[in-house]
Amino acid sequence: MRLPCPICGDRDRREFYYQGSAVALSRPAPDADAAVWENYVHLRENQPGDLDELWSHDAGCGAWLVVTRNTVTHAISGAKLASEAAR
Amino acid sequence: MADALTLTATTPCYGLLPKSIGTCDLIETNLGRLTSIAPYKQSALSEALKDAHRLAFPAPNRMTGNDGARAIWFGRDMALLVGPTPDAALAEHAALTDQTDAWACVTLSGEDAAAVLARLVPVDLSAAKFKRGHTARTQLGHLNASITRTEADSYLILVFRSMATTLVHDLVTAMESLAARR
Repeated sequence: MRLPCPICGDRDRREFYYQGSAVALSRPAPDADAAVWENYVHLRENQPGDLDELWSHDAGCGAWLVVTRNTVTHAISGAKLASEAAR
Repeated sequence: MADALTLTATTPCYGLLPKSIGTCDLIETNLGRLTSIAPYKQSALSEALKDAHRLAFPAPNRMTGNDGARAIWFGRDMALLVGPTPDAALAEHAALTDQTDAWACVTLSGEDAAAVLARLVPVDLSAAKFKRGHTARTQLGHLNASITRTEADSYLILVFRSMATTLVHDLVTAMESLAARR
């Protein structure tokens, strides 16, 4: 499996660290409802298909990436810097 | 680290190198001063770097300069200044950190150098894809490394100093197994 790092180019999966679904990029406001926070911290959709995930290019440039991966086929359909995706 | 008997300061690969196996030579390289440069604003830093050291700030996966003074791309928004003591003017535009004793620096050269690295590195380092002046932050075996092609058949390899013994072990094992097949 190779991931298309926007900075380094296509790189082998072993250079990356996997964080999971990219929910951390949509953190609720500090004063948001408790139910919203519970949803953010504990609840995940876990549906088959395309999923935005956070990967760290640990052994490469060090950037956090949002990688879109199909959880059924493992096909990678894109990657962008988390700093840009979060804007 | 110091030599146990004389207490004189030693280099990271002291007692491990040089090695000459098959068509390849592995030597420890004294690069002089190493300084990581993390720019606050890349355009301003790039100008300062040109004025002070006649170096352009390297694009990702590239190195600028030559033997006397190099700037090696070292990660996202980071470069490694190799050789000179950094000009004080750079500190206005970037965070400078002395890395001189933090890295084990070796040069692998020879006809089979690319084939040796192909056994250890998950990036295509062959001459067609990885030309002189190209660099990569990647892994060598299990070590995070910076690998730069400095000459047609020669690579500069940097890993954390504490990993020097593992680096030499991994490279020598690959060199020996390749030489045995020739």
